[in-house]
Amino acid sequence: MSIWVLRGLRDGVVTTRWPARSDRYADEWRGPVRPQVAAAPADGLETLCPTGAITVAGTNVRVDQGRCILCGRCVAERPDLFAWSPGAVGSGAAALTREALVVPEVPETDEAVEAARTRLRERTAALRRSVHVRHVDAGSDGSEEWEIQALLGPVYDIHRLGVFFTASPRHADVLLVTGAGARGMSAPLRTTYDGMPDPKVVIAVGTDAVSGGLLSESEAVTGGIAATVPVDVWLPGSPPSPFGILNALLIAVGKLADGGEGAPREPKGRGVAWTEERGTSDEGRRRLKAPRRRTGETE
Amino acid sequence: MTITQPDVTALWQELRSRVDAGDRFAGLFATKPEGRALVLSAHVAVKGEGEAGGGIDTLEAPLPPGAASYPALTSRLGAAFWYEREIHDRFGVIPEGHPRLAPLIGPGSAEDHALPRHVAGYGIFTIPHGPVRSGVMESIEYLVETPGEAIPHLNMRVFYKHRGVENRFAGMTAADGVLLAERAEGIASVAHALAFSHAVEAIAGCQPPPAAALVRVLHAELERVANHLDGAVKLAEAAGLAVATARLALHKERVLRLVSRLCGSRFGRGVVVPGGISAPPRLPPAEILTEVDKLRRAVAAEAAALMATSSFLDRLRGTGPLRPQRASQHGALGPVGKAAGYADDARLARPYDGYPLLTMPPVRPHVAGDALARLRVRWDEVDQSFGLLRQVAEDLAERSTDPPRLPCEPASDAAYSGRAVGWAEAPQGEVIYDVRMDAGRIVHCHPRSASFHNLVLMHEVFAGDILTDFPFIEASFGLSVAGVAL
Repeated sequence: MSIWVLRGLRDGVVTTRWPARSDRYADEWRGPVRPQVAAAPADGLETLCPTGAITVAGTNVRVDQGRCILCGRCVAERPDLFAWSPGAVGSGAAALTREALVVPEVPETDEAVEAARTRLRERTAALRRSVHVRHVDAGSDGSEEWEIQALLGPVYDIHRLGVFFTASPRHADVLLVTGAGARGMSAPLRTTYDGMPDPKVVIAVGTDAVSGGLLSESEAVTGGIAATVPVDVWLPGSPPSPFGILNALLIAVGKLADGGEGAPREPKGRGVAWTEERGTSDEGRRRLKAPRRRTGETE
Repeated sequence: MTITQPDVTALWQELRSRVDAGDRFAGLFATKPEGRALVLSAHVAVKGEGEAGGGIDTLEAPLPPGAASYPALTSRLGAAFWYEREIHDRFGVIPEGHPRLAPLIGPGSAEDHALPRHVAGYGIFTIPHGPVRSGVMESIEYLVETPGEAIPHLNMRVFYKHRGVENRFAGMTAADGVLLAERAEGIASVAHALAFSHAVEAIAGCQPPPAAALVRVLHAELERVANHLDGAVKLAEAAGLAVATARLALHKERVLRLVSRLCGSRFGRGVVVPGGISAPPRLPPAEILTEVDKLRRAVAAEAAALMATSSFLDRLRGTGPLRPQRASQHGALGPVGKAAGYADDARLARPYDGYPLLTMPPVRPHVAGDALARLRVRWDEVDQSFGLLRQVAEDLAERSTDPPRLPCEPASDAAYSGRAVGWAEAPQGEVIYDVRMDAGRIVHCHPRSASFHNLVLMHEVFAGDILTDFPFIEASFGLSVAGVAL
């Protein structure tokens, strides 16, 4: 077996330093589409989108990122009006309310987001050092599972952040749900959710889980998982990148300050506010470093 | 080619005689055109190599109006077992003589959720494994009947994550349809997009330019490498080889990152569009070549180490054997078929896109049919894929001036009218799309994944295998439930 000892040392440490340091791959990721602010809308914009994510009201163009499947058609056809959101991580990469995924945000959602954040914080205050996660597939296309599995691999390695996957819902704090909400999975999903102890947090992973994506409500799917379980964190993407999922997990348990959803996405990585106070307090640094030291990794 | 038979009996006779003559049964589905009787359509892969033969024929026959049943094909051709259950779920017609008409993709009733027992004996019990299983997995339920260790009987329920994809296609444009095809089986996005686009291109009568055809191969082969590495990760994990698991997962991540550097998506989504590709790769061919060579060396070294680890090989050797006779009877697809001596690779038998321009060395024949043979086939295919990727990168360097997307836009929507079958070789095996369009809109689209065709064979491979062999057998099949419960 010595062959594997040597192979294990071969490439050194390949694990990302994010969130302690910025990660180029996370920063270069293109997220769901955003409308460009300084542009005049035109006719026929709504029909551009295969999932109906684009709405035009007067001179306001809005994109529901919870419906965006990142096909890029609108960006290719109207680069003056639409652009990719930069980066897979940071405050704007996942939302605490469904409404906050509609960009640019209407002012009323800020208050709702703030209220949602406060409620989430109260529930998750006890979870911060060690979090156990259970995943349920409610009708995914299979790609989201790959991206979640990647978190357990050497590159993302969520164990360094104190996050672990568990087989039993009884031990789980966070429920990751993928898929468009297949009706056949409604009962098993609900049973899993009910089997989790309080406090619990649900993350809808991917555009399918948020809204159904291309699979709108039908006799086979509910068009998103919110019809079955209450969702706390909404993560668009088709599928979201592993960094996006990691980011959503940290937001869910209050390990990452999620900022105002109306706040601009920039700066990514480097400027990620990493404590509840959106600052870089000593408390935040300590919390960040603690799990890293446990892995025996050195600077 | 579509051949219409007067009635179902004639259809089954024709189908049986063609299968006996060496053609392969490739699928069966039903459609209900508005205001008319149900039509049964079967796909047959025509025996032949390269340009000379190949192709997929459609044989079909209408049922009498108002018919509530028809004589089952399954009693004449066992491979139709799941196909007829799916037709029953969708339309309620009863195939007379079908051995087991339990729900496959339709929602089960309360009685179906009781634990059935197929094997009688002292101490036999059923382990309901799923649909929510430990680990990060797709939803499927395995009902394992066991006296404790051996698995005399296995039953599968795939309907939990049925998503109604087939019905969703109706009314879509070709441009939207390809997006849905990419999401039919997410880990084989490129192959599904290709099969769908091939059908649409046949309807519209256009062909992608050579450069676009090569870029399609580039993404299809990277997808194959990623999938085969994923299978190896799961096998190493099942054997408890922590370092091998981590190393192979690292290589898989590198492949996905290369794909995302090429097109922005880690699954090659948005690349394939009817008529060609949406945009040329973002990396210059020389850099693709460098990256491919780096990956090839890294993967080859890891594979060699894994295949020299005896504790690992012991777990795979003789595990979950598929008899060669069964593989050819069923027409087993992809690595599952190849490992049991039945190789029908669409890239060779019915070449498409850039494959006719490239040389593809055939892989070594295997007949053992066990999990080890399936892994060996995968490593051979990975090697073959890297060979193809090198050729593609070299060819692309010479063709950098070709337009990426042929003006395949037909003059009017009327050109998008008709019916065609498209196919592609996914990492799991052959994918088939049967598309009907009318004036630019999809009337009906039937996707058939290799996962659907192959998964039913898992019933038959538990010869003396015990519960701890289960993850090895499942991983060695390398299928996706999403593609089964469409």
